[in-house]
Amino acid sequence: MSFSHADVENIIKLLDASHFDELLLEVDGVKLQLRRNGAGSAQMSGASQALGSASATPSVAQVGQPASAIGAAGAAVAPEAVQAESSHDTSLLEVRAPMLGTFYRCPKPGAEPFVSVGSRVDENTVVGIIEVMKLMNSTAAGVQGEIVEILVNDGDLVEYDQPLMRVRA
Amino acid sequence: MPNQDKVAFVHPNAAAWANAKQNTQVVSGGEPIQRVLVANRGEIAVRILRTLKHLGLESVLAVSKADRNSLGARMADRSVCIGPARATDSYLQIGTLVQAALGTGAHAIHPGYGFLSERAEFAQACEDNQIIFIGPTAQQIHRVGDKLEARRIAQAAQVPVTPGGPVQGLDEALAMAERIGYPVLIKAVGGGGGRGLKRADTPQQLAGLFELAGAEALAAFGDGRVYIECFVRQGRHVEVQVLGDGTRVIHLGDRDCSVQRRYQKLIEEAPAPGLPDKLRADLRQAAVRFAESIAYRGAGTVEFLVDVIRGQFYFLEMNARIQVEHPVTELVTGIDLVEQQLNIAQGRRLAFTQDDIRIQGHAIECRINAEDPDRDFAPSPGRVLEAYFPAGQGVRVDTHIEAGATISPFYDSMMGKVMAVGANRDQARTRLLQALAQTRLTGITTNIALHQTVLETPEFVRGGVDTGFLGRYLAKEFDAGVQENP
Repeated sequence: MSFSHADVENIIKLLDASHFDELLLEVDGVKLQLRRNGAGSAQMSGASQALGSASATPSVAQVGQPASAIGAAGAAVAPEAVQAESSHDTSLLEVRAPMLGTFYRCPKPGAEPFVSVGSRVDENTVVGIIEVMKLMNSTAAGVQGEIVEILVNDGDLVEYDQPLMRVRA
Repeated sequence: MPNQDKVAFVHPNAAAWANAKQNTQVVSGGEPIQRVLVANRGEIAVRILRTLKHLGLESVLAVSKADRNSLGARMADRSVCIGPARATDSYLQIGTLVQAALGTGAHAIHPGYGFLSERAEFAQACEDNQIIFIGPTAQQIHRVGDKLEARRIAQAAQVPVTPGGPVQGLDEALAMAERIGYPVLIKAVGGGGGRGLKRADTPQQLAGLFELAGAEALAAFGDGRVYIECFVRQGRHVEVQVLGDGTRVIHLGDRDCSVQRRYQKLIEEAPAPGLPDKLRADLRQAAVRFAESIAYRGAGTVEFLVDVIRGQFYFLEMNARIQVEHPVTELVTGIDLVEQQLNIAQGRRLAFTQDDIRIQGHAIECRINAEDPDRDFAPSPGRVLEAYFPAGQGVRVDTHIEAGATISPFYDSMMGKVMAVGANRDQARTRLLQALAQTRLTGITTNIALHQTVLETPEFVRGGVDTGFLGRYLAKEFDAGVQENP
């Protein structure tokens, strides 16, 4: 058994959308170890960053901040990285929840998510659904740019005004 | 500011109640409640959270964006932001609140008072989603919320109602007024708490106001029906606290809430001072009969107007919720009403019989509002710079205010309640005056000074003022003020 590029991409997306920092997969002699930046050794985190940027669109790799593809989580982030992170944090826009409810990233279970890290959005792009009492409310980005971080998981309860995604204008 | 000795008031019956609680049985196979979502704000949210903590239950507080950093939000085990500051977009959103309970795994919702507490649709939405609504059934809320239906229930239960009734059209209204005598009140069927109320002293006035009353009622309550009642010239507002478990109803004594301004209660006390024994007993029995006749479940209040001149009482309305002034009853009975609400909501039978209830001493409450009595009670929103509340023997304060808190223009201006209990009315009144003198709230204007002067008027000291007392007092003070400053 071997992994295709698409498989690896999908696995990275799963990790990306989860609240876990590390994923270890062993199937038929193939070992795949993924870590968010900052977790584990420099070498490993470097590898995961590379994978992270590969999973997103090339534009993420271009900006040279692969850390943002997976998120700023991780206690061992180097001070430089923290600085870089916070300095560009201020330039990022946020997509906030317009209401409290259950957040879904996909139009229906098993379907492709509305948007992923790297997707370009404008004000009207639907980025998810918020369910309130079985009523599905489309949530628009409200801002223009490229999604660099998704902050909530599929099925999470989101509060009113909670940041859902970060977007680079 | 010197630290006060914090001596909690412990009612002599408190230990007996604690034992009684252990012996209550679950009757309607309900799951015990473990986590409660509080769908309210302000002092009542803090009040409810306090009992949840005391009982070891988990709490989730639904907060608007404006209340994210409130005392309640920090007291609760968890808080969830349900919407923007405006109540219509947050605290009045039925779907959002039910979703918040589902999403946080809360088994029950406590609605507090105001907001959605008496909306049958909210109770129904909870029932539909297997969430326990801590209050009466949706059907009971609906029935007592409809003024005409409530009047019918009262009449059927042999509870006296004010002479009058529903009318259709001006001719019927004029005929009714002729029969019961002027002055009359035109009341909106969907109104309450003084809203949708007009007084007519003559047929000409009635003719002028009638159409307007219907149109206003339709606009305000979505229900244009009105009814006519005889106006009681000298009336006292006396209400009875009841508890029902769906089978049995008991009362926890009466409260007097006659110190009102434009139908907004300002000072409440328990028991009502100076009522003739028979009138008091009849009033309490009438409240129990009313609640029994609808198999009432939960804590509720049956309000009456006591006609001082005729020595009679009339049913006004039933409030199917916890009330602002509930603590004065707690102070003289030793019973935690929120705890009782939780027990009843879980399907437990009442832990007490009527004979177990003992009213001991006297309690008085002052509602502290951020408003300016010198500027026609204009709300005084802003940031509280200093907040110091009294403590000591027989003193209780229910509040959500602390230094740095914001009095938001989005909500009512009540900052909390300062209360005192004593062996008798005069001890309670003296303690309350001392407590008010210790209370220090700066940065905003409050009505504390007004409370202090009202508590010292000869009429209040004597006890048993009517609902027109405060209005007359303010008019007199205002005139005096004008004369002093020509």
